Amino acid sequence: MAWFDDLLFTYQNLAVALGVNGLLALSMYVVLAVGQLSLGQAAFMGLGAYSSALMSLQLGWPFWAVLPLSCVVPVLFALAVGGPTLRLNGVYLAIATIGLGEVLRGVYLNVDVLGGAMGLSGIPEAAPLWLIYAMLALAVLVLWQVGKSGIGRAMEAMRLDETAALSMGVNIRRYRLATLCASAVLAGLAGALSAHSTDFIGPNDFGFEPAVTILSFALLGGIGSPFAPVLGAWLLTLLPEVLRPLADVRLVMNGAVIVVAVLFLPRGLLAWRMPRHVRPGRAA
Amino acid sequence: MLLQTSALSRHFAGLVAVDRVDLAIPQGGIHAVIGPNGAGKTTLFNLISGLATPTAGQISFAGQDITLLPADRRAQAGMARTFQNIRVFATMSVLDNALTGLHARLSASLPAIIARLPGFRRAERDAIARAQAALALVGLQDRAYTQAGALAYGDQRRLEIARAMAGGPRLLLLDEPAAGMNPAERAALATLIRAIAAQGTTVLLVEHDMPFVMGLSDSVTVLNFGRRIFAGPPGAARQDPGVIEAYIGHKAAVRLAGQAP
Ligand SMILES: Nc1ncnc2c1ncn2[C@@H]1O[C@H](COP(=O)(O)OP(=O)(O)OP(=O)(O)O)[C@@H](O)[C@H]1O
Ligand SMILES: [Mg+2]
Repeated sequence: MAWFDDLLFTYQNLAVALGVNGLLALSMYVVLAVGQLSLGQAAFMGLGAYSSALMSLQLGWPFWAVLPLSCVVPVLFALAVGGPTLRLNGVYLAIATIGLGEVLRGVYLNVDVLGGAMGLSGIPEAAPLWLIYAMLALAVLVLWQVGKSGIGRAMEAMRLDETAALSMGVNIRRYRLATLCASAVLAGLAGALSAHSTDFIGPNDFGFEPAVTILSFALLGGIGSPFAPVLGAWLLTLLPEVLRPLADVRLVMNGAVIVVAVLFLPRGLLAWRMPRHVRPGRAA
Repeated sequence: MLLQTSALSRHFAGLVAVDRVDLAIPQGGIHAVIGPNGAGKTTLFNLISGLATPTAGQISFAGQDITLLPADRRAQAGMARTFQNIRVFATMSVLDNALTGLHARLSASLPAIIARLPGFRRAERDAIARAQAALALVGLQDRAYTQAGALAYGDQRRLEIARAMAGGPRLLLLDEPAAGMNPAERAALATLIRAIAAQGTTVLLVEHDMPFVMGLSDSVTVLNFGRRIFAGPPGAARQDPGVIEAYIGHKAAVRLAGQAP
């Protein structure tokens, strides 16, 4: 089995990235599913990564306690940013979340306990690979079940026509805030899992560039089902590995993906939409 | 009174779209709001359903002051509406559209949804049955799995009515339900509206087609330039000099405009 260990070692980083990026793509999906645009996914991830790293390094807490708590700080920030902006037109959330990311980057750079430009290192590699994929599978399952329920129907309705959804009794603001919090939870988990797989985090891991990359995951894959954004994340994570030269122009590639997806693939690569009902008699 | 507005007004930057309108709609029956283009009918409906906030005045529904209640809470309180320009959820199925009308009645908890607990399954089955009944009411029961956007125009209008009716509202607001329909479709729509009223839902509809409204309504409110110029039985509306002037004057103006080179 030595060859397997070799393989795992070589591709350990890639395997972690695929799982973590899958979670990040889902955190984007949840927001897009209600017709909102947030560019704060990387910021939420950073909050999960930094807060979990501090809990491990400064307080020495065990990972099983750190992981669930890593969602708390991102959710608090989601409430703080979301509360005031969600009553406004959708573009304000996008702008406010970009702002959040930049402000946090400044904080990470300038606060000593957060390591400044050097970041935090020596984070215990306490997140096993299986846990990352278990969280990803759990997230897909939960989003699938919710998407097929009346909640998913209301989310789709408000994405298609907010006024009509409101008139059907959908509490738009509550849904926006709840989905933003759910997306903060997913990104926070991704941050904690990735911080505890790589031993190092730095302020630039969670800036504007990763925010755009996360958006491109969901735009490429689509939002027809929770599988679509994960597919998008996996393709965009694998592509630079397979085509090495692409790694140098990753940002350009992600930008191109967004333009192409918006212009030519408005429903993403996986346009299939999860069925909410099966025609009687057609059921298997 | 089921629905009451007092001195309800809505201003848009210098324009008074709804001007101190008093409206009193009793429980039961079919009631119409008519008036020429731009009279403020849709704005009045938006104020009643909560999509617009009044500049002044009060609205009460089923004995409760709802002036400050958000639109979703009004829907939950038993108010449903359709739109003058069709607003079905085009990429959702016809059945899913009807099910959104039941949103306020579904209250499964997240754990129940995720674990597909029996309570959730029962509620969902029940909702589907209600949605199917609403589709049957408007004659769309065979199109349940069609994409709503693929329906013909008249069918989309009927789907909006089914969606609004699915939750069993106390008050149904119809904004120009007959717009763009041919005479046969109009006759079928009149039958449908009567059936809805017979089920116990109070209907308040906006139209500018006088003959359609006259044969259908128990009471008529006439708006002109945002003002209520008449309220009473339809027969009396037809004889009212103010109403005649608003309508004839308007028609004459339209005719003249049409003849202008
Ligand atoms: N959002 C808005 N902003 C500015 N003016 C508006 C707005 N909505 C309506 N108005 C104006 O208010 C007046 C009343 O409009 P409204 O749509 O209520 O009339 P209506 O009676 O429904 O007309 P129609 O028969 O054409 O549907 C019109 O002059 C319209 O231009
Ligand atoms: Mg109108």
